[in-house]
Formats: sequence, C-alpha cells, structure tokens
Amino acid sequence: MAEAQIQQEAVVPSGVKTRSRREDFRRVFFSNRLALFGTAVMGIFILMAIFAPLIAPYGPLQQDLASEFAPPSRAHLMGQDELGRDILSRVIYGARISLTAGLAAVGIATIVGTLIGMLAGYFGGWADSLLMRLMDIVLAFPSILLAIVIVSILGPSLPNAMLAIGIVFVPQIARVVRSAVISVRERDYIEAERALGAGNAQIIFSGVLPNSMAPLIVQATLTLGTAILDVAYLSFLGLGARAPTPEWGAMLTDAFRSGFGVFVTGQHAIIFPGIAIALTVLSINFIGDGLRDALDPRSRR
Amino acid sequence: MIEYIGRRILQIVPVLLGVSIVVFFMVRAIPGDPAQILLGQQATQEQVQLLRAHMGLDKPVLVQYVVFLRDAMTGDLGNSIVTGRPVITELLARFPATLELTASAMLLAILVGVPVGVISAVRQYSILDKITSVLALTGISMPIFWLAMVLILIFGVKLELLPFPGRLSSGASIQAFTGLVLVDSLLTGNFGAFWDGFTHLIMPALALGTIPMAVITRTTRSSMLEVMGEDYVRTARAKGVIPWRVVFKHALRNAMLPIVTVIGLQVGLLMGGAIVTETIFSWPGIGQIAYDSINSRDYAMIQGVVLYGALLFVLVNLLVDILYAVLDPRVRY
Repeated sequence: MAEAQIQQEAVVPSGVKTRSRREDFRRVFFSNRLALFGTAVMGIFILMAIFAPLIAPYGPLQQDLASEFAPPSRAHLMGQDELGRDILSRVIYGARISLTAGLAAVGIATIVGTLIGMLAGYFGGWADSLLMRLMDIVLAFPSILLAIVIVSILGPSLPNAMLAIGIVFVPQIARVVRSAVISVRERDYIEAERALGAGNAQIIFSGVLPNSMAPLIVQATLTLGTAILDVAYLSFLGLGARAPTPEWGAMLTDAFRSGFGVFVTGQHAIIFPGIAIALTVLSINFIGDGLRDALDPRSRR
Repeated sequence: MIEYIGRRILQIVPVLLGVSIVVFFMVRAIPGDPAQILLGQQATQEQVQLLRAHMGLDKPVLVQYVVFLRDAMTGDLGNSIVTGRPVITELLARFPATLELTASAMLLAILVGVPVGVISAVRQYSILDKITSVLALTGISMPIFWLAMVLILIFGVKLELLPFPGRLSSGASIQAFTGLVLVDSLLTGNFGAFWDGFTHLIMPALALGTIPMAVITRTTRSSMLEVMGEDYVRTARAKGVIPWRVVFKHALRNAMLPIVTVIGLQVGLLMGGAIVTETIFSWPGIGQIAYDSINSRDYAMIQGVVLYGALLFVLVNLLVDILYAVLDPRVRY
C-alpha cells in the first residue's frame, strides 16, 4: 500500500510513459496463451460446479443397474458406470467436490503456513529456529505417507483428507512466506512505518504482508493443483471420499474396484473422470506458471 | 569433507527423532486401547494383555516411547494382524519387488528427463521445447493411478502388447537369489524369464516414472538455461570448443546440482506412487501391503511402512547432500 502511494506521488518527468504494477501484470499474464487457456477452462469448471443441479442431465446417484457400463450414447454423452449412473452428471457434480476439497486443503495450508512463515521471518531468532525446525520434521516425511498417517489417526473421511493434505502443505507455504518476509522486512518503507510508531501487528498487516503476497499467490496456486491430485489419491486408497460420493478420484476407484470387466467394457468409466482431474490440474498449473511469470519480474522470459 | 559429512549426519538425528515421535503417537492418538488397535478386533483378551505388558502401557509415556524406539531400532515393530508374521519380515520379503520397480522407474525418468531437458534448453523456444514443456506439465497433472489404468487399457487390453498383472506370467517361476526378477533370471541364464519379467515391468515403471520424468525434464531445462548464460560457457564457446562439448562438459556438469536435489526429493513421491502402482498392477511389493494394511486397518504394518519409508527418504536425501559436496567443491558449511 505504502509503496503504491509513493509510486503515484513520485514525480515523473514529462514524456516518460510509466506503467503501474497492475498494468504490467495484466500485460504479461494475458499475453500468455497457456495461462489464458487455463483460466478459460477453470472458469468452465467453476461454473459447472456452481450450477451443477441445473446442468447435469441426471442425478449423480441415480442408478440403472440394467445399463452397467453402457457406452456413450446420445442420452448419456459419457456413458454409464458400474451401477448404471450417468458419468457426465457425476463428473459435473464431482467438480463441486474436487474443487472444494482442493480449495479447502490449500486454504488450511495458506492460513497456517502464512502465520508460521510470517512469525518466523519477521521475528527471526529463536522463534525462527524453532518454527522452521518443526517444518523440517514435517518435510522429512514423504508427504503422502504423512497424509496417510494423519487420516489413519483422524479416521477416513473426505474432510479429514482435506485437513491432512492441508497440514502436509504447510511447510512449503511457510518457507515461501518466510523468505518473502525476510526480504521485505528491512526495506525503507517498513523502517518508515516503525519510525512513525506503528506496532508489530500493524507493520505486519499493512506493510509486510501485502508486499510479500506475490510469491505466496504463485505457491498457493501451484499447491492447489497438487492438492486436487492428492485428494483423488487418498480417495483411491479408501481414505478420502467414499462411494457413492461423485468425487472424481472416488469415481475412478469405484470403477477399478468393480473388477476386471471395467477394462473390457467400461473404458469410458475410467477415461472421463480422469480427464476431468488432469484437465483441471493442468489448467491450474498453466495459471500458476502464468502468475509466476507475471508477478516475478526476475523469472520473466 | 569428512567434517561436513559428519555434521550432516548429526543433523538428521533430531529429524529422525521427530519422525519416530509422530509414528509412536500415531497408534496412541487413535481412540481406544493401543494394544487392541494393534492386534485388531479378533484378538483374544489374553493376547491383548500380553501386548499391553510388552508395550508397557501401564508405564509412563516416556518409558513407553523409549521401549518403542529400542524395539524399532532392532527391527521389532510387532506382528501384522493379517498374516500374524513380524512386520519386518513382511517388509523385507517384499522389498526386492519394490526396489526393482522404483529403480527402473527412476532410471527411465533420468534417462529420458535429462537429455530432453538439455535439448529443450539448447533449443529454447523451438517447437520441440514448447511441446516438451506442455507434455511435462501434463505429466505432473495426471493422477498416477489413472495413468496406470489408461496404460493397461491401451497397451494391455486394446493392443495386447504388454503383459500384466504381476512380475511374471502366471505359472512361471524362477529361482530367487536377490529377489530381483531381472537379475535372478540372468544369473540362472533363463532368458525367457528375463524377457517375461522385462515386459511385465514396462507399464508399471512407465506409470511410476512419468511424474519424476516430467519434474526432472523441467528442472534440467531451467537449470541448463541458467548455466548457459554464464561467462564460462561463453568463454568456452568463444575459444572454439565444439558445441556439444560445451553443452555436456561445461554446462551440464554445472547444472547438475539442482537436478540431483530434485531426484532425491522425487524418491519420497515414488513411495506414494508405488502404493497405487503396485495395487493396480498386482505387483507384490511393499506398496501393495501398504494398500492392503490401510484397508484392513493393520496399524502395526502401517507404522512399519511409514517409519522405514521416512527413514529411507531421510537417508536418500542425506546421500544427495553428500553427493552435492562431492560434485561441487564450493559446498562447505
């Protein structure tokens, strides 16, 4: 904030065209075709999630046992699954669950990670050592094993899977925020705030945090893609969403567990939910890469 | 050098203690009697009492932890509730299958990832570079269990090119020395079995190796791009060193550090990947028992997998750090 004001008030020699940070960001981000593609696809998925009951041609749980693994047809564009449910409808409803689960996990990781990274980076000293050693222990686990341990303790369910994945990602966010805070901490405008008599809390929230945002946004976006994959992964292990929830990972799991027949007659039950996951995560990764290029001038090509 | 390695080994002690504490509390944090949890619902009252005494559940938590740590270090993590055999025996019996799969996946990832990453960097912005970038990003965006299923669908069922499931065709067997099918079949001169084992390995290794391959490609590319702009590379070019020599001798050597780091970190992801890959391909390794024990709530087994998995991960990354010091004489702290 402080910086933006200073920029606006700075005297610009006539004839020199200046660009604000925001314009700069827009110019770079929107000239990246892959990032635009990602944004468009995510937009569609988000609309699908919000308006699922209006778009879906059938109920996500509506069974038709006579049509087990019926192939795609005009009435069922993506065909039917092992219980004769309409796969398209389940993919549409699945967007709700998978996106919410991913967002919840990243939300937990971002809030806790930002807090820890902020405290460690701003105060330094023993607080920094203690918090970061704690993060090292979490990082010492292969992340997916740690998520398995946490869900085993809490009991298998989708909310617990989100919580576990959130916890696993805390150290990455904390590290990114910590290093951003350390680089911002010693800037002149922070010094100026301190000289004006601002307390620690005020400096952190009005000075340090807003100026540490860029790397955090990039990291959180890229983490969202991984989180959606990990939710699906835990569902596959039977530790996340359970049947008959139309979560994309659980749909693949149920199809796989229905027996070998799925490979012979039920290919569409494997292909479509998987494409939904891969397309979502790929789009998020495109957006993340685009954000990094646009927000971090050093990584610009 | 020796001092650096010693210090690095000392640094992992608190980390390993932290890991052991988490695993120790894992069973105790689940509501109910830990002895009952470890033995499962079918256990008799007598067995539960016996394990309670062995675990010292009436003693202070600190004493219990010390006992747990002592037992874990001697390889005693109790018995699986499913098979009744010691956890460590089960893990060791299945280790070769997992080693063969993960090593093949990693080898594949490095053999493809490093050269492709180098070419992408050398021909930056070319069509090839752009296609590689999108493919690599796609590789890390797919759920591994989906990729495994799609591979089976295409190469196993539709084209009938590759055999599955398992490590060998049903009915086939080989004499086991190392437990590694490829090694054992060669040792006994059984080339038919070697081919059988090799073709069985392709799909699981490809499924498991895709993510590391994508990550290694991306890292190699960006690391090479950074190094190619350095003065010593320009100098080498200017004095007329042949282009491929500049790339492989001057640039790649200096670009290796981040690549080696990423390879070490991928080992942790391979463990998670091995659980689903082995399950889908019925590969009789540790990943498969991990999956089974999660589904049967075999907590003694889960404890064992997590503890030794984390230990292996920490050791691999220790090795990477030491390799770092060997590769780069500047690393000394």
